[in-house]
Amino acid sequence: MRENGQGLRVRDGVRAALPLAPGPLLFGLSFGVLADAAGMGVVAATVMSATTFAGSAQFGAVTVLDAGGTLVAAIAAAVFLNARYIAISVTVASIFPGGRARRLVESQLIVDESWALAGRSGRFEWPILVGSGLFLYVLWVVSTALGTVLGGALGDPNGLGLDAAFAALFLALLAPYLRNRRAVQAAALAAVITLVLTPVAPAGVPIVAAAAACLLGLKR
Amino acid sequence: MTDVWIVVAVVGVVTVLFKAAGPVFLGRRALPPRIKSVVELLAPVMLTALVVTQTVGGDGELSLDARIPGVAAAAVAVWRRVPLVGAMAVAAVVTALVRALA
Repeated sequence: MRENGQGLRVRDGVRAALPLAPGPLLFGLSFGVLADAAGMGVVAATVMSATTFAGSAQFGAVTVLDAGGTLVAAIAAAVFLNARYIAISVTVASIFPGGRARRLVESQLIVDESWALAGRSGRFEWPILVGSGLFLYVLWVVSTALGTVLGGALGDPNGLGLDAAFAALFLALLAPYLRNRRAVQAAALAAVITLVLTPVAPAGVPIVAAAAACLLGLKR
Repeated sequence: MTDVWIVVAVVGVVTVLFKAAGPVFLGRRALPPRIKSVVELLAPVMLTALVVTQTVGGDGELSLDARIPGVAAAAVAVWRRVPLVGAMAVAAVVTALVRALA
């Protein structure tokens, strides 16, 4: 498959993603373990990885469900977490060839990592995005399924400190955003909202309410 | 079981539409700058809320326990650019140790 100038192939995208493999592999295993702890089952967890293919939102939704939050709170947390894909997909809108149906399918391979790899040369490359996206997709779905099986064998996840490990996971995902002062302010406000509401609001609601902190983006 | 499947279906459909927003629906048009800055803040804001809940959230209360030293150690690891899985391992080990000693 050769679609772009510069002689890049989809295969080059797969190769570009190879060094990243341990990260998404262990991330997928962790998601499977969490999904199992939340009582989600191997089929639902794997279908979610295959259709949503966005780690942080999947973790967000399942964390809310696991904490006893409502359906609406779990969905809202994931939707807010994934809203960044509107902005990300706009930056690569022009690189997808073909008709609408094909662009709809291939655009699903946009994830943080494939997007970052595709833009490494200073302009976005379709073969890199699709090749790395495909590789990461397969890795993500397979490792999720394995993780749910592994989770069943682990027993009580909190005894192993897995609850703190998931907090660390969100912290590590958060860190790259904090280079920007506006993001630090919004994150601080979100932390305050969550802390204040946790003792008084039902599970999941504090997380969703914290989304209001993004309105700081309206300030000039 | 049903609740889980509703979450899987709705989140799946919305995510598909978000990812297709540029390539299929908006084309080369850019997002209005103010909308863009709000959308870009959503991920850090939600991740912060998840860190807080996962560290001190309890059953309808704040619960200060062994997770705090674990997450604090992980924060140092993240700051020292330890990869994601390493930071998770640090948090799990420290928290499990504190629990075992308590």
